[in-house]
Amino acid sequence: MAWDSIATIARKVQAGEITALDQVTAAFKTIEDKQEFSAIIATLEDRALERAKIIDDRIAKGEAVGRLAGVPFIAKDNFLVFGAETTAASNILRGFTAPYQATAIERLEAEGAICVAKANLDAFAHGSSTENSDFMVTKNPHDVTRVPGGSSGGSAAAVMLDMAPFALGTDTGGSIRLPASYCGAVGYKPTYGLVSRSGVVAMASSTDVIGPITKTVDDSALVLDVMSGLDDMDGTTIPAEAAGYIDLNGDLVGKKIGVVKEYMAEGIAPGVRERIEAAIEQLKAAGAVVSEVSLPSLPTALAVYYILCPAEVSSNLSRYDGQRYGHSYKDAKDLTESYKKSRSTGFGKEAKRRIMIGTYVLSSGYYDAYYKKAQTVRTKLINEFNDALSQVDFLLGPTAADVAFKIGENTDDPLKMYLTDILTVAANLVGVPSINIPVGSVDGLPVGLQLMAAQRQDRALLSIAKKVEELQI
Amino acid sequence: MIDPKVLADYTATIGIECHVQLKTATKLFSAVGNDAREAPANTLVSHIDFGMPGALPVLNKQALYLAVKAAFALGTEPERFSKFDRKHYFYPDLPKGYQISQFDEPIIGKGAIDINVDGQIRTIGITRAHMEEDAGKSTHPAGKDYSLVDLNRAGTPLLEIVSEPDMHTSAEAKAYARELYLRMRYADVSDANLYYGNMRFDVNVSVSKTDALGTRTETKNINSFRAVEKSVDYEIARQIEQLEAGEIIVQETRGWDDTKQSTFSQRSKENADDYRYMPDPDIPPVVLAEDYIAAIKAEMPDMPNVWRKRLSNLGLDTAQTETLIDAQVDFLQENYLQLLEKVINDNALAKQIANWLVNVDVPYVREQPAESVRTIDRERLYRTTAVLVADGKLSSTNTKAMLVELLAAPSLPDDIAAYASDKGYIQESDEGAIAAIVAQVITDNPKAAEDVRNGEMKAIGFLTGQVMKLSQGKANPALAGQLIKKHLGL
Repeated sequence: MAWDSIATIARKVQAGEITALDQVTAAFKTIEDKQEFSAIIATLEDRALERAKIIDDRIAKGEAVGRLAGVPFIAKDNFLVFGAETTAASNILRGFTAPYQATAIERLEAEGAICVAKANLDAFAHGSSTENSDFMVTKNPHDVTRVPGGSSGGSAAAVMLDMAPFALGTDTGGSIRLPASYCGAVGYKPTYGLVSRSGVVAMASSTDVIGPITKTVDDSALVLDVMSGLDDMDGTTIPAEAAGYIDLNGDLVGKKIGVVKEYMAEGIAPGVRERIEAAIEQLKAAGAVVSEVSLPSLPTALAVYYILCPAEVSSNLSRYDGQRYGHSYKDAKDLTESYKKSRSTGFGKEAKRRIMIGTYVLSSGYYDAYYKKAQTVRTKLINEFNDALSQVDFLLGPTAADVAFKIGENTDDPLKMYLTDILTVAANLVGVPSINIPVGSVDGLPVGLQLMAAQRQDRALLSIAKKVEELQI
Repeated sequence: MIDPKVLADYTATIGIECHVQLKTATKLFSAVGNDAREAPANTLVSHIDFGMPGALPVLNKQALYLAVKAAFALGTEPERFSKFDRKHYFYPDLPKGYQISQFDEPIIGKGAIDINVDGQIRTIGITRAHMEEDAGKSTHPAGKDYSLVDLNRAGTPLLEIVSEPDMHTSAEAKAYARELYLRMRYADVSDANLYYGNMRFDVNVSVSKTDALGTRTETKNINSFRAVEKSVDYEIARQIEQLEAGEIIVQETRGWDDTKQSTFSQRSKENADDYRYMPDPDIPPVVLAEDYIAAIKAEMPDMPNVWRKRLSNLGLDTAQTETLIDAQVDFLQENYLQLLEKVINDNALAKQIANWLVNVDVPYVREQPAESVRTIDRERLYRTTAVLVADGKLSSTNTKAMLVELLAAPSLPDDIAAYASDKGYIQESDEGAIAAIVAQVITDNPKAAEDVRNGEMKAIGFLTGQVMKLSQGKANPALAGQLIKKHLGL
């Protein structure tokens, strides 16, 4: 079944027109019917049904329920959900049950939303295709021979397969927007710090953000509205905007949109270019003032990202040492062997690759040449974005250079796989909000338009995104 | 023993790193209790201290506040910008695989403190001081094939204070360690309880015959001032003996064996560890506002060096001064120095009270079991006593007796003068009454009276004693002496 909007579901549940239990049951039925897409790692039946009954009971008693009452959702399996196994799709965390809960989950559930399942991802969110999962490869809802994008591929596929009205993803270098683009969903990456990272398995702490994947901008905005804002458990959080993120009321007329020159350079597939150019024409027709802007350092963004991200990854993955939780190599003869074997048998290839790169760039004698230099370039990139965003309101480009690729097409060539992130990583390095909006398809495969705004301009970005959505490009 | 002539050829250079546990209610980055002294193993551990997936550190504001106080206590100001870094290594008592510390931009930069060695003031430079989290505690049960880890201590806030290599003798090292202790206590930054490891010293020692520094060794985790002194003596002698024997000094970490009073090799530092320091992206840099710093500066108490000067100005000698300097931290609740601060502008009164504190109060409190010492309003006690003494109503013997009695009393009487009177401590200063007693005593002791008349002044003492006896100790002895002389026409 196709879902109503999140606000409508919640309103109907609150009014007693439909029950939370029916919503949850419907979600589980769809999840079961569409197993062949391998979008889901685990379902949370007991927990979800119990919560649905509590909500229905409260409504029957006339008690207040939250503004997401009875709305099922799916969390990427790097979110800690109390009492549920959380694996980050890695063997090293297999069997790990979360003893506490992510702030994002806590806030959604406090408003009556119900987590029904944990979605597949590239292990530890390392990847662009969800092929790096230690458990299974998720298929693209539009073509089972193709990848859904990654690393939040399970979440994007689940939403497009109607398993739930929304799913949560994490975006470190494009991991929400890229699968949203490949699957034809709305994927929202908020300003860095707008949503608490507490209780989410860290990938690269300085660029990790949490965001929704939905079918509409309004749905993403409502989920963001509930999740966002300061959190005592995350010192990097920032306050939500006073106006919040619902009741969006943007206007395209007179809005200055800068088409990023470097994003329209060679390497963009002709079909994708055609869709983006069509979108630009429609925006102009709707009254937007479109110009070209240049961010000269942009071509370095991917290189910067693939130094800083592995550095942070190598540090963040240190805690998975087989000594306290998760996978532990049992037959080690001493501590050193326990460390080595637990980690070498627990981590997959991509995690090991990033640990090695990260360890290298942080090593004494290489730190200045790699890590420090990359931070310098990152600062330059931030300055260029600030300059550009002082001249235009929004930046525009494609989210991905091409449509979803074939499963297995890039797995033997990590560099080619890394290039998939080329259009998305800059927003993470700079910390600005960015959204993927579907703008039609090429041969049945979705194409995504990327819009970015200045930091803390999430409401403005969502408002304009809603207008773009209404153009039905 | 080394030939003193050989010893004199060498100069020792000493630098000290000191870890001080900051006195916070909770850990540096998690809302879990910080006092692990009596807690069962692994009961003070949150998901953050345990290194759970997704757990994020959030800086304890009180720890930052105490670090800012420590900056002033170390003779400097806090850095306006500082940040936290990750120091990576694998060990079971380090759950995250990295320790959160401050690498290149610590909260405290260069400072200096004065130390007093045998009456000589020396200034010792502070290189830096930074905040960091403690690791957990590993134990390795003998004969077992496992080790045990207790994470109660993991995440405890520490301040690591690094000195310049400005010390050259064990006495200086000891004095420096003690001065740090006093300052951390005066500033109320740490309980600095050495027994519980609240304060630990790593002592770096090298010796050289030339201006170039020799190879140093680091003796780690020393937890008494005496051991700081002894380990330095031991290392200096060991290194010189080794060099004299034609051997070289290996740069290494050493431990201190308190039973054997010697250091021992722990591990060689020839291959420097690569900790892969990296700024911690989970903790925003610490940027301090000027008004925040100013407010803390305004509430800083005076450090021991300021008090030493003041007490010396009051005429106290070094021993007396150090008695009060120590008593202040040994019995913090008595607030001796705060009491003196209130009367410091009245030099005579301050001096008088300082003497009572040194000679009566501190010795009394030191002898009592801690639990039987009561905190009383000493300001009222000493001010009233001073007035009674000034009025000639209390002899010095009676003053001491009364003070000891009142320090031990369950509560201070509302009217101390009336109490003194009731207890018979007030001396008679009424000339008429004493004159009558004097007349009686002279009549009763004609021989002594005659001696006095003949210039044998010692006999006045005897007669005064008789007056005191007859007055049951209430007569003012000075007045009695004057009246005896008057009566005898002298």
